[in-house]
Amino acid sequence: MSSPLIAAMTALFNRDMRLGIRNRGELASPLLFLVLIASLFPLSIGRDPALLQQIAPGVIWVSALLASTLSLGQVFSRDYDDGTLEQLLLSPQPLAALVLAKVAAHWVTTGLLITLASPLLALGYQLPADIIPVVMISLLMGTPVLSFIGAIGVALTVGLGRGGMFLTLMVLPLTVPVLIFASSMIAAAMGGQPIEGHLLMLAAILVLSLTLAPFVIATALKIGMS
Amino acid sequence: MNRLMRWIHIKGSPENYYRLAGRLIPWFAIPGLLLLVTGIVYGLVFAPPDYQQGDAYRIIFIHVPSAWMSLFIYLGMSVAAAIALIWRIKVAELTAMACAPIGAVFTALTLLTGSLWGKPMWGTYWEWDARMTSELILLFIYLAIMGLYQAIEDRRKAARAASLLVLVGLVNIPIIHYSVQWWSTLHQGVTVLDRKMDPSMLWPLLIVAVATKLIFATNLLQRTRLLLISTESRKRWVREMAKTETPS
Repeated sequence: MSSPLIAAMTALFNRDMRLGIRNRGELASPLLFLVLIASLFPLSIGRDPALLQQIAPGVIWVSALLASTLSLGQVFSRDYDDGTLEQLLLSPQPLAALVLAKVAAHWVTTGLLITLASPLLALGYQLPADIIPVVMISLLMGTPVLSFIGAIGVALTVGLGRGGMFLTLMVLPLTVPVLIFASSMIAAAMGGQPIEGHLLMLAAILVLSLTLAPFVIATALKIGMS
Repeated sequence: MNRLMRWIHIKGSPENYYRLAGRLIPWFAIPGLLLLVTGIVYGLVFAPPDYQQGDAYRIIFIHVPSAWMSLFIYLGMSVAAAIALIWRIKVAELTAMACAPIGAVFTALTLLTGSLWGKPMWGTYWEWDARMTSELILLFIYLAIMGLYQAIEDRRKAARAASLLVLVGLVNIPIIHYSVQWWSTLHQGVTVLDRKMDPSMLWPLLIVAVATKLIFATNLLQRTRLLLISTESRKRWVREMAKTETPS
């Protein structure tokens, strides 16, 4: 790699990916969680196909939101415990760039997997086959935002040791716009309406969080570790 | 350090700020209370009933000023939070933190009066309408800021982390507002700025709006003073004061 910054980011990304992949249980739990939450709804409200189709966008997205939020603890907490985070803060590379690499690795091991698993949910909710790509695109665009917003929350509570419930309470309100645009995009596609508007809004939110969130996360980590 | 920053640091030292705020409080509290009583009595007793909504509309004299305050306080809190993060001024940190509970109360009051008003007007206490939903999310954000401030043990670290969350919320609130607005809407539009309102109804509303600002300022100054003496309780000026003065 040419520049040391890219080399550091790649190394960090690869390290986090390797840690993520080697820990199979941790890799699988958001997925299992997603499928489990999504299967609770038919069990609790009945299996009428029309009803299931109607609630599908919301259920898929709320499940993805919860699965992604609950897997956040692993982004920084282990690195905080074993001192890696201090090393990252001391490194000569800009912290925001390193944070970006870490969030990217978190997204690949959760958001991307959720996206890949979503056709199963869509089929379970009797969605027509031509809606499945829309579901996947909405998740592909939306889950990185969830990772970024979630990482802000984790960075703010780093070292508290009592993330869990409080973290969820802090992060979920901030994810409302993603939830709205993504699920109404799926609903629009099901109603035969154009999805471009929703898609562009999702893209705008993604770009906004991609550019701003790494700096916020880096600042939060510096406050937490000071 | 330039002269302005020097001046801010001297005038904004916890001890000076504590005394200055104590002297300022009556100047906000007394006019605030007088205006509040005037505005509420004017609005509830003397303003004419609405031709459509009858007397039920009178709740706007509480609902609308509270709704304005819920956003106004967030803006004020954001300014204090930005100052706290950029210049690390302790008084600004505590000011931002003192804003949060007041903002949360005004937000809760807005939701409460709104739902009481919704029952006779729309026939329902709660409707997933754009403004109500974004106000509810605003309440959650206020509570998250307060929660984060409580959760972290080191008081300065807690204030700075919570200040950062304030700014994250500041970026997010407009997005939440417009996303929710696009999603659904039932709430009546803004009538005050359209000059559709009769002066006999507009005046009490504006009086209460000014009164809530003054009462907010009173509350903010007093809360900041309390946070100051509790975080600085081991400093000499607080000890000296505890020995020589009766608390005001």
